[in-house]
Amino acid sequence: MLKIDNLHAEIDGKTILNGLSLTVPAGEVHAIMGPNGAGKSTLAYVLGGRPGYEVTQGSVEFNGIDLLDMEPHERAAAGLFLGFQYPVEIPGVSNLQFLREALNSQRKARGEEPLTGGEFLKLAKDKAALLKLDPDMLKRHVNVGFSGGEKKRAEMVQMGILNPRFAVLDETDSGLDIDALRVVGEGINAIMRAPDKGVLLITHYQRLLEVVKPDRVSILSRGRIVKTGGPELAVELENEGYDAVMAPETANA
Amino acid sequence: MPEAAELPTRREEAWRYSAVERLQGEALDRWRTIDIAAGESVRETLVIADGDGSRPTELHRWRVTIGEGATCELFAVLASAEYARLEIEVTLKRGAHFEFGGITVGGRDTVREFVTRTIHAEPEATSNQTVRSVHWGHGTGNFLGNIDVVRDAQKTDAAQDFKGLLLEKGASVNAVPQLEIFADDVKCAHGASVGQLDETARFYMAARGLSPELARRLLVQAFLGDALVGLEDDAQREELMQVALDKVDRYL
Ligand SMILES: Nc1ncnc2c1ncn2[C@@H]1O[C@H](COP(=O)(O)OP(=O)(O)O)[C@@H](O)[C@H]1O
Ligand SMILES: [Mg+2]
Repeated sequence: MLKIDNLHAEIDGKTILNGLSLTVPAGEVHAIMGPNGAGKSTLAYVLGGRPGYEVTQGSVEFNGIDLLDMEPHERAAAGLFLGFQYPVEIPGVSNLQFLREALNSQRKARGEEPLTGGEFLKLAKDKAALLKLDPDMLKRHVNVGFSGGEKKRAEMVQMGILNPRFAVLDETDSGLDIDALRVVGEGINAIMRAPDKGVLLITHYQRLLEVVKPDRVSILSRGRIVKTGGPELAVELENEGYDAVMAPETANA
Repeated sequence: MPEAAELPTRREEAWRYSAVERLQGEALDRWRTIDIAAGESVRETLVIADGDGSRPTELHRWRVTIGEGATCELFAVLASAEYARLEIEVTLKRGAHFEFGGITVGGRDTVREFVTRTIHAEPEATSNQTVRSVHWGHGTGNFLGNIDVVRDAQKTDAAQDFKGLLLEKGASVNAVPQLEIFADDVKCAHGASVGQLDETARFYMAARGLSPELARRLLVQAFLGDALVGLEDDAQREELMQVALDKVDRYL
């Protein structure tokens, strides 16, 4: 479903991704772990098409089409969702207005009918309930005055409303307490666990992976994938730390 | 006296950033008078849209007197293709309120501007002015706001707020607050800032599926909204906002 091959990318002329390859077939949740500064967020932004993140080599195929050839909003319409490590505040724009415009833009691009105000409101309230987010927060301006945990939950409400085919979730667990972590993890399962969907789950912690059980786990270090394994790799990392787990790989490199 | 001799020059503070060359042949001494009796409430709007209806130079000068305890609300959108200026001289009596919301929007190589002189002539009057300017090309938006608080006008509360949003290099805004305060128990607030569209917000919106044009429209709408929050009539507020947003959509 997502096939990243030998990806090189730079910011301001500085190489951050350095030959990253990774494949996520439909139906799988693939966790990415790695130390701070490894390039995890950069990978997410490159997949989303953020301006300033320049791909110098390599390719990304999404459901058989060239992802890198599309504008950011076209990628969204094609079914890609990017959960931000730091969700952005947009003063003056309400969540409801923002998400309704977003959903209907995507539907229009796919040749589908727009949702009416009533249909949309019902959908938004359902997803807020799924993530146990106070529905009144939907009326508030996008992420403005939200706590860290509320932002992450709101991010998952957005995902529920937009119902993407593939989600790249960048540290969606950071800033969440234990209860919220469970709610968000179960939300991810409810929205994204399906045979025709996929998830790239970027995280630091094993905790989220106990709820959203990954099919594969990869370690990203210095701009490339240095090790891939099953769910046991995350447990190993949690117990022994990056240095110990990665030592044999870096010795060979 | 030949008319040309009476034209203002840019050396005068009130015309400093103006397009004075566009004033040739304009009736500069023509002021519209609005007198509001004590306790009354008046709302006026001025919309200069881009189109056949607007003249090459749109010069509007209003002289307003707000009686004791009366309220005057003025809202204006200057979205003309050419030079436009709304000048307001307002005198507030005891306990009166003046509310002003202004929007300038446009590109080309021209000036759209508000010049206000707010005279707090008696105690306990309040005034609140909010101007938002969105420009591109070589468009310029100005807000020159004079606030005079006379010696006995205690408990005056006057506020002025300006924000400029520049959508392209080459556009500019000027904000000049001028406060002359001769009373001591007075609140006067003013703020001015200028910026560009928030790139991070634009990417976030794109990542949710909004086209660059739609994202810009939402951000501009949010930005301009401050100037119209004081306008309680929903239909009127939407109409004024629509004129401004249409201008952005059509010409950028
Ligand atoms: N805007 C930027 N300009 C220059 N360097 C950047 C920028 N953003 C990130 N980097 C650098 O790229 C590297 C990877 O960052 P990031 O992808 O955020 O890592 P992670 O998410 O794995 O912690 C770091 O060394 C960081 O300093
Ligand atoms: Mg990161």
